Amino acid sequence: MSNQTELSSSHAGGQADHEGIDASGVNDILMAGDKSKGGRPYFFNSAETERVMNIAMAIAAEVAVVRERIDTIERLLQTSGVLRQSDIEAFVPTDEAAEERQLWHARYAARILRIVQQELDAVAHPENNIPMQQIADEINDM
Amino acid sequence: MMSYQLPPVWTKLQRHEVFPEFSHDERARYNFLANLNRFVSTAIAPGNKIAFDKRVEPAFRAVHGRSFADRHEVAAAMSNEPIYQCWGALRRSTMEMRQQNGRAVVLRQAQQLAEKVKARLAGAANLVLAKDFVVPPYLRHVDNHLMPGSYHTEYFAGDVANAANYDSGLFVTSGGMLGSLTDGGGKAIAAWVKASYPDFKPRRILDIGCGLGHNTLPIAQLYPDAEVIAIDAGAPMLRYGAARAQALGIGNVTFMQTDAADMQAFANGHFDWVQTTMFLHETGGRAIHKIFKEINRVLAVGGLNLHIEQPQYTPDMSFYEQFMRDWDAYYNAEPYWGHMHDLQPVDLMQEAGVDPADFMQVGVKAVNDLDQKKADGQVTEDYGRSPIWNVFGGWKKG
Ligand SMILES: C[S@@+](CC[C@H](N)C(=O)[O-])C[C@H]1O[C@@H](n2cnc3c(N)ncnc32)[C@H](O)[C@@H]1O
Repeated sequence: MSNQTELSSSHAGGQADHEGIDASGVNDILMAGDKSKGGRPYFFNSAETERVMNIAMAIAAEVAVVRERIDTIERLLQTSGVLRQSDIEAFVPTDEAAEERQLWHARYAARILRIVQQELDAVAHPENNIPMQQIADEINDM
Repeated sequence: MMSYQLPPVWTKLQRHEVFPEFSHDERARYNFLANLNRFVSTAIAPGNKIAFDKRVEPAFRAVHGRSFADRHEVAAAMSNEPIYQCWGALRRSTMEMRQQNGRAVVLRQAQQLAEKVKARLAGAANLVLAKDFVVPPYLRHVDNHLMPGSYHTEYFAGDVANAANYDSGLFVTSGGMLGSLTDGGGKAIAAWVKASYPDFKPRRILDIGCGLGHNTLPIAQLYPDAEVIAIDAGAPMLRYGAARAQALGIGNVTFMQTDAADMQAFANGHFDWVQTTMFLHETGGRAIHKIFKEINRVLAVGGLNLHIEQPQYTPDMSFYEQFMRDWDAYYNAEPYWGHMHDLQPVDLMQEAGVDPADFMQVGVKAVNDLDQKKADGQVTEDYGRSPIWNVFGGWKKG
């Protein structure tokens, strides 16, 4: 998406920037991701791999952002005397809390590796792996 | 850990009155990217040379019975090398992320930025935009360094979003090595001229392709009695640059929308110093000669003409290094970079009226107020990104 091409030809012109400033046509969410001109080179032999790497790097960035935000919160809490960072390092959860946390990690890992798990399932259970077109035809007879 | 050099945090950037607002997370995103860039350039990029020496070159030699004949052969062979593929994919990815992250920041506040700039420029006389300005075709043809919309696109009348993105994000690409106002190049050249030619008292200075004036202002500051004209093709850059100069209290620079290849606005011999900084490699194969012709025309006899650029490709530069330096040309959308660096500066200067006997060329390092120790210390070669440049030029002969 971009209204860049249309808009780029419009020129304010003249020193008189007297026209009202109106940015309401700017769709910041989509335009932030405008593609730059020129074909995109792919470095990996498979463009799909490169696509996945790009998504992974963007997520890595967001994890770093969350990490920095938590760090800010910890430091503010320390400054305001609510807790010390050493409290965090020394923290030992109760058995119950520890189990809840382990459960969270287990679910998290499963979410991330869902596709691998499902690919293995497909190999293990070919009977559940019939192409959808075939199922459609079969259902038509059911 | 001790020997690993961290890039300065993004908040070290000096924020002026028209600078965009950054949220906590937007700042953190840039801190991540600066570190990612640093890691990719210090830990991953050196793998290219290792793979080249150990695998790519021997394999080529085995097939062809000779080594590489030019940088294009190196490029073709390297494109199949997995280490290079991974580095290239990562480097491209960081450039794209930097653009998207920066655009997200400035576009959400595009209205406020334009209003701030307009308010700062009320009553000021340091901005001259042209009516019906024709953006040079080579600028319209590509978005240099993957910057969507390039320098000239206005998303609405009075827009400065792309300039604000450039101002606030260059820090990330350069790893903070250009200083808190991203003006390390301008500071270096101004200091070098002052020290080398203490008697030089320029009355009128022209900075061509000034962008938003990062590197113009240090020159204007060191020569406060000079009248400085800064020209560019991009209205958003000029608008933002003029407001930024006002905000930083620098009064002797006028920002003008003028095509460097056609500077009718200036009389013959009008300037005693014509400067370009990181500009020539973003022009075009025909335009560059028109520009030098125009420089020759507007420069006074005995005047100084200087250009800050990346190093040219010389016969003693290895094909591997030429290939690495060429990377930005194709993969960071700086397409003229490769061709331009095949030209000989001494020939270009002759077009600007400088006698080959008077041609000069020096290396200068960015003046970085953030951490002089780091700037002076060992800098990992990150082809095309290091804060060390080639300055060439000369004095126009009588
Ligand atoms: C890489 S930027 C350099 C900015 C600045 N010199 C600096 O060091 O920060 C190149 C600039 O040259 C401008 N430019 C390119 N061709 C031009 C031309 N023919 N006339 C005027 N400006 C031009 C672009 O708009 C852009 O702002």
